[in-house]
Amino acid sequence: MNSVNNPPFSNSRLINWFKLSSPSTFYPVAGKLIPLFWVLAALFGLAGLWVSFFVAPVDAVQGQGYRIIFIHVPASWMSMLIYLVMAAWAGLGLVFNTRLSAMMAQALAPVGAWMAFLSLWTGAFWGKPMWGAWWVWDARLTSELILLFLYLGFIALRASIDDSRRADKAAAILALVGVVNVPIIYFSVKWWNTLHQGASVSLTKAPAMAQTMLLGMLLMALCFWMYSIAVALMRVRVIILEREAHTDWVRQLSEVKS
Amino acid sequence: MWNSPAEFFAMGGYALYVWSSFGVCALVLLLEPLLVRSRFKVAVRRLKQEQLAEQFDRESGQ
Repeated sequence: MNSVNNPPFSNSRLINWFKLSSPSTFYPVAGKLIPLFWVLAALFGLAGLWVSFFVAPVDAVQGQGYRIIFIHVPASWMSMLIYLVMAAWAGLGLVFNTRLSAMMAQALAPVGAWMAFLSLWTGAFWGKPMWGAWWVWDARLTSELILLFLYLGFIALRASIDDSRRADKAAAILALVGVVNVPIIYFSVKWWNTLHQGASVSLTKAPAMAQTMLLGMLLMALCFWMYSIAVALMRVRVIILEREAHTDWVRQLSEVKS
Repeated sequence: MWNSPAEFFAMGGYALYVWSSFGVCALVLLLEPLLVRSRFKVAVRRLKQEQLAEQFDRESGQ
């Protein structure tokens, strides 16, 4: 990015990260970053879909049905990652009492909930032909369902408290307590005897799948990642406008001035 | 890999499962940003109306 047409950054060579923690400076920066993340999401998505459908070979056991993996695994990864990021923002908001942190957590919750939903949905449509059941009360599936309920609980709890600063605090505590569920999801296939297959990708051993399958999955995961950032930034801008409506800087915004 | 478009859409007999997964996924990923954008427009419209109302108040108060 060019530093000349970027006033918030041009004051000094070092980016002042603390300045970005104020909604008034973050709002325009987020607005500039959104198109960038949309472009990245589209590029990774196109490349990922191409590899998923036209490069990755057919699976020896599951035939063409295995191709659901290319959205199932990225959605599941993102549902867990977003939860951790959301809980971290919520925790920061709780400790430092910063408004923007709580707004970030609030903006991430719906994206994460949709990812958890997609993980369960694509999992059901994968489980039916391969296991013969849409749903089983298996450790992996049940803990992912609990993750979806944690997201919905976070959203509902925030919405049920009128005072938004108090809502932030209550929801942050719920988010932090719920973090314990994420390692349970991740290790559920190791800890319990489950129907769900083990991890497809592991940091410690060589991946047990064709290189092109892995590539397709990683490209789709990057697409989902960029998408999540783009949508979270879009939503945090709306939340800023709604919650900072009374402030002077919002009134001075070019899109608001008539 | 695929000999015809029909073969591609048949997905080796898994068409229902593969396309239901990818279809719902695409739907969610398209709808969510559209919903956020409409919420953004509502927020901006409200702010604009508030400003107009205040301007009106100031002018009629004189």
